[in-house]
Amino acid sequence: MIEIRNLTKVYGGTTAVDGLTVTVRPGRVTGFLGPNGAGKSTTMRAVVGLDRPTSGEVQVAGRRYADHPAPLREVGALLDANAAHPGRSALAHLRALAVTNGIGRARVDEVVDMVGLRQVADRRVGGFSLGMAQRLGIAAALLGDPAVILLDEPVNGLDPDGIRWIRGLLRGLAAEGRTVFVSSHLMSEMALTADHLVILGRGRLIADVSMEEMTASATGQVTVRSPQADDLARRLSADGAAITRPEPDVLAVTGRTNTQIAETALAARILLTELVPVHASLEDAYLAMTAHDTQYRATTPATTDPGRAAA
Amino acid sequence: MTTITDRSQATPTAAAATGIRVTQRRVFAAEAIKFRSLRSTGWLLVASVLSIVAAGLFPALGVLLGGLDPAGGEGSRTDPTGGALTGVSFTQLLIAALGVLVVTSEYTTGLIRASFAAVPRRLPVLWAKAAIAAAVAFVATLAAALTAFLAVKVVLAAADVTISLTTPGVARAVVGASLLLAVTAVLGVAFGALLRSAVGAVAALFGLLFVTPLLGMLSPQISPYLPGNAGAAVVQTGATAGSLPPWAGLGVFSLYAVAALTAAAVALTRRDA
Repeated sequence: MIEIRNLTKVYGGTTAVDGLTVTVRPGRVTGFLGPNGAGKSTTMRAVVGLDRPTSGEVQVAGRRYADHPAPLREVGALLDANAAHPGRSALAHLRALAVTNGIGRARVDEVVDMVGLRQVADRRVGGFSLGMAQRLGIAAALLGDPAVILLDEPVNGLDPDGIRWIRGLLRGLAAEGRTVFVSSHLMSEMALTADHLVILGRGRLIADVSMEEMTASATGQVTVRSPQADDLARRLSADGAAITRPEPDVLAVTGRTNTQIAETALAARILLTELVPVHASLEDAYLAMTAHDTQYRATTPATTDPGRAAA
Repeated sequence: MTTITDRSQATPTAAAATGIRVTQRRVFAAEAIKFRSLRSTGWLLVASVLSIVAAGLFPALGVLLGGLDPAGGEGSRTDPTGGALTGVSFTQLLIAALGVLVVTSEYTTGLIRASFAAVPRRLPVLWAKAAIAAAVAFVATLAAALTAFLAVKVVLAAADVTISLTTPGVARAVVGASLLLAVTAVLGVAFGALLRSAVGAVAALFGLLFVTPLLGMLSPQISPYLPGNAGAAVVQTGATAGSLPPWAGLGVFSLYAVAALTAAAVALTRRDA
């Protein structure tokens, strides 16, 4: 569990994270979405105590990160795939990190096998591809068999096989009851991996929703097919729904839920042959949501906008 | 690939139950692994050792081949042991660079984030780096200084000049040189942590060790207390006017290192990594 309370981080005059409050729960993969510069990496660095919050607090696995006697055993983080000295072998890199938290060689070998780096474990990290570096970073995050795992853009530079592997890995970790918090700017990847989404825009929380809510709520549109489409359209518009008719016997209804439409139809003994809530793709949903955020912010210059204030 | 050990029940309390914690000893072991597993630091150490041996031998060879009078010249040539140890000031720069790199290489590669995530209290990392750099510098340069001294002794013997470790002040100068270099390594670690850039830190150390003595010429009262001069006092065998007694000089030099390390510790705990 990661509990972020009112986190604000200001660098110089720029507010990277602005009053963020969110709880990341165990047992599911929580995707952390937002455009570049939204404050995702800053938030993650604050969780593991690398960046000191300007105000607010972050607790991870029940206490502040720095208060864990052996933090790698509670929290594993991949923040930067290149965070290894290029002149050092993968094995030496992992051993050096492991030994600080009393993690033995057997576990180091285990994570090396787990991420598929056995063949190159003795090679210098400098010769690694970005994909191999990502695997090394994931190995480092898993060293302490932690209950909480944070990964910042883990699929960057991975090939399709690697992406599929990491998807399985993350889902497996969540299924074991761990807290998995993964940032990405790749909507399609998140759509396949995450159960829950935390969306950040300009350092502020835009949404903290399940994937289903996210994609369902974005359009609010329901497609209805009925041989009595005229009659149904009349009754629904009387209830205040907005209706378009892409085909003579098909209605695209907004403003009423599928249950409400079914009730209206039943009361009037109207036969429905199709009743489908339209799910947006995550990308559509995300764009709709962030567009709204942009408008909101653009029309309220009174709210403190650090970017503009600094300019 | 998917053999993740299922410790979901045990995990949240795993560390608490086992009582395993990050200790200074564990961090020290980690830094030892890091030091051993890099070639670049090894090469700097080799260069340091060679510079001591080579620079010690050249004046002696000059005495032998060029007929220089070991007792008649100026500066270090008035002092055969000093001649044997002339490599020290150049080596000081190499060792300072070694100390600097132990820290700054983690910043340039981003490794420092992983290191501090593993050791969130951070200071154990600084202490371990300083201790290892100092220990390695001491052992390697002591071996080099002894080798240089013995080699010079053999060479000078051929020119009928005798130097001996039992001559008063000689053993102290040899051991003192290595201690000076060990403290220099600590100074390097401190500057590396303060400035986080190898170029900046080495430049600042060059200024501190080799440029301030020039400024000291303007003020004879302050001069002996400047870091370069204070440190140099411990490698002189003959009494030299205008410098501190040997051990006092090393003491003053060490105070500079302690001050720098303290500043580094404060900066490290306050700054974002």
